[in-house]
Amino acid sequence: MSEKVSPLRQPTAPDSAAALVREVAGLIIAALNLEVAPGDIDPDAPLYGEGLGLDSIDILEIALVVSKQYGVQLRADSEENVRIFGSLRQLADYITAHRTK
Amino acid sequence: MPILARQFLADLTRVAQVLGPGAHVLNACADRYHFTVGLAASLVSGKVSLLPSTHTPEVIRQLSAFAPDVICLTDQADCDIDLPRVPFPGGAALAANPAPVPAIDTAQLAACVFTSGSTGTPLPYRKTWGRLIACVREEAQRLGLSAGTSCAIVATVPPQHMYGFESSVLLALGCGHALCAERPFYPADIAAVLAAVPRPRILISTPIHLRALLESGIALPPADLIVSSTAALAQQLAAEVEQRFNTRLLEIYGSTETGQISVRRPTHTPEWRLWPGVTLSVRDGETWAQGGHIEQPTRMCDVLEVTGPGSFLLHGRVADLVNIAGKRSSLAYLNHQLNSIPGVLDGAFFHFDDPRASHAGVARVAACVVAPELDAAGVVQELRRRIDPVFLPRPLLFVARLPRNSTGKLPQEALRSLAATHLKSA
Repeated sequence: MSEKVSPLRQPTAPDSAAALVREVAGLIIAALNLEVAPGDIDPDAPLYGEGLGLDSIDILEIALVVSKQYGVQLRADSEENVRIFGSLRQLADYITAHRTK
Repeated sequence: MPILARQFLADLTRVAQVLGPGAHVLNACADRYHFTVGLAASLVSGKVSLLPSTHTPEVIRQLSAFAPDVICLTDQADCDIDLPRVPFPGGAALAANPAPVPAIDTAQLAACVFTSGSTGTPLPYRKTWGRLIACVREEAQRLGLSAGTSCAIVATVPPQHMYGFESSVLLALGCGHALCAERPFYPADIAAVLAAVPRPRILISTPIHLRALLESGIALPPADLIVSSTAALAQQLAAEVEQRFNTRLLEIYGSTETGQISVRRPTHTPEWRLWPGVTLSVRDGETWAQGGHIEQPTRMCDVLEVTGPGSFLLHGRVADLVNIAGKRSSLAYLNHQLNSIPGVLDGAFFHFDDPRASHAGVARVAACVVAPELDAAGVVQELRRRIDPVFLPRPLLFVARLPRNSTGKLPQEALRSLAATHLKSA
């Protein structure tokens, strides 16, 4: 799934994709005050439940940070929502495809 | 697309036919309409709905010990609750003649809610239909929902939680209002669902969702009433909610054991008004609630100051209690679970308001653990099987020994300063 690229956008260059993954990791850590370094989050591990161990309160907090930083309003009414929080990389991919700032 | 009463009556008859012979139902339906049909189907079949606050494997195991005949009614294809599962039946054939509206005996046992006991066994609280409905009819009055005008109820809280159960499902069933099947989560979802239902419409929510709504910066549709519960709402946030939605915000206070017992408008007064018939009394420094719809005198888990007949002030939780996002537990219960993990030699949870946290309004719990053979992932994985994830420790600190005093007691303050030292050096 993570290879999937929105037809609306050009595929992101690999190094800028990796930079966004690190940037989003940093935002999550700051927002949730997690005891890890950005590089310690496995970009392909689930954010919710097992993995990073976030719950729905955290997800709401991340959604808020993402909307402020990138202008992306997350919605739960699509199949995509499960995928978005499937991993850090998938969240970053979603932001890349939908960011307005 | 609106669902008419005759469709509801047809649906509940259909669901009642698949519930089987047992007397207990764990209604795990995520869709609020499905949940409500499941509740009504259980009621007409004389079955009791079990409403635990969480569905961890440990709680499910205890639930089947409490009621061995319990089945799980679910509308989720990936439901992994370890009970005999009954899928919510699809298909929606309407009978030629509408079924009659069933009458439910007020004395019928309708639901059983649970709180976590300190020994690790959930304590059941039985709810009869008549008292549940009496409580929400009082709520409708207090919220100013006039009889005869049907409101659309949108709720961000699950129907299985006592607050959502009362203020969305029962308020609709018992007082002639309409409920919205969705449970919107993100700010954009809440705004969209609210905008899609006709006025008058009310939003049943929590401080966490309301804060997210305001901070998201999205356009908010007008609402006719906002209700908040599960935790006290900061006065400033309350004022902002009223301003942005251009309506009243009312707060409800209650507990799983008592149901809701009081209301206030925080922008007007800090004082709570009790439901008529409900009284508070203080014994040995503890506040007890009784009377009205309350099934039995109940010790309240918050520090309440009685300010007059029918009114009180809320001064926060009793020290041992933990309340995160409307889920309640106690330090004693969490400690019991932590220390039951093989390899944990000693361990304790404590209240820890990390000053660096930007998670306003959500105070998590932390824990120190002595477990030389285990790692953090292992301890968290074991805890996840036993307790609701909102209570997972943040942070979980590994220490050589806990700061017990000479009598073996573990002062909360000592744990907090140990944690602060640990974090500083990290």
